[in-house]
Amino acid sequence: MFLCIGVITYAIRLSFIGLLGTKEMPAFLLKALRFVPIAVLPAIILPQLFLRGNTLDFSLANPRWIAGILAAIVAWRTRNVLLTIVVGMAVLWGLQVLLARI
Amino acid sequence: MTSKRSEFFSGIKDILPILLGVVPFALIYGVAARSAGIPAIAAQAMSFIVFAGSAQFVTVQLISAGTPVAIIILTACLLNLRHALYSASLAPYLKRLPLRLQMLLAYLLTDEAYAVTITHYRQPDVGARFIAPEAQIIAPGHAPKHWYFFGAGLMLWSIWQLGTAIGILLGANVPASWSLDFTLPLTFIALVVPALKTRAEWAAAGTAGVVAVLAVGLPLNLGLIVATLTGMAAGLLLESLETKRWAVKDGED
Repeated sequence: MFLCIGVITYAIRLSFIGLLGTKEMPAFLLKALRFVPIAVLPAIILPQLFLRGNTLDFSLANPRWIAGILAAIVAWRTRNVLLTIVVGMAVLWGLQVLLARI
Repeated sequence: MTSKRSEFFSGIKDILPILLGVVPFALIYGVAARSAGIPAIAAQAMSFIVFAGSAQFVTVQLISAGTPVAIIILTACLLNLRHALYSASLAPYLKRLPLRLQMLLAYLLTDEAYAVTITHYRQPDVGARFIAPEAQIIAPGHAPKHWYFFGAGLMLWSIWQLGTAIGILLGANVPASWSLDFTLPLTFIALVVPALKTRAEWAAAGTAGVVAVLAVGLPLNLGLIVATLTGMAAGLLLESLETKRWAVKDGED
């Protein structure tokens, strides 16, 4: 699996440099490619935050969505990767401790 | 004429500030890969073979979610398609190089190396200041600027390999109750939220996220791919609608 991803990734990186030369990329493809990371990452993030097993869990017993939303606010305001991770983990741990005591 | 050596070292120098952000990523990747149950050798092999942070993170995340291999490969490669943009953008500067050098530099092409290298290529040459800018554009690749690319790329590569190795070693001793797997979605949040600027981008992200949650019942974790494509379509649609509206307004004036 890793080999497969690696080979395809390498082919993508080499594509224009080594093979296609200075051919122009179609405008539509250029536009569409910009949206790939913006779409794929939320599609991975949101189920991690809001689903437990296969069911939606918006309750306070699920600390992940609360930690995730607070982390998103930190990311939005500060653009600081490390701070986002630290705040998100701190909130998650705090809530986990709190929930264990209730 | 700048020498190969000074180009090489200025590439290393310019990527140093970026490495401050890369090191924690590398460590987290190593720890997360181990807590997802990926063997140490395989986790480090992925750093060698794939050498793309976000794709590696996504792969680890999907492995721990029990996603089928084909979907993991598809998702990781979709994410790495952006490298085609970098490749196309650097190609004019590298076209005169022999193929083996092109192949080496393509392996070292990452978000970070691209960012510093393209900036460097677009600066006028110090030694060629009397040549008109147009002439430099017509004949790029004369100055040994690919040594700059090589320096920056090699430095990033070394730090990435070292950082993930340390993370893997640390990760073996981290208990599951620490919930370190949660650093993965947090990392993604930190990457994607600051990238959302236009309404079309918010629409793409929101649509993809909501569809992914709703489509979780789909077989083979196909929901991820469906959500990504729906999100992209939503973003493209909104963007083209907005462009059209502006065009109509301009026409009226």
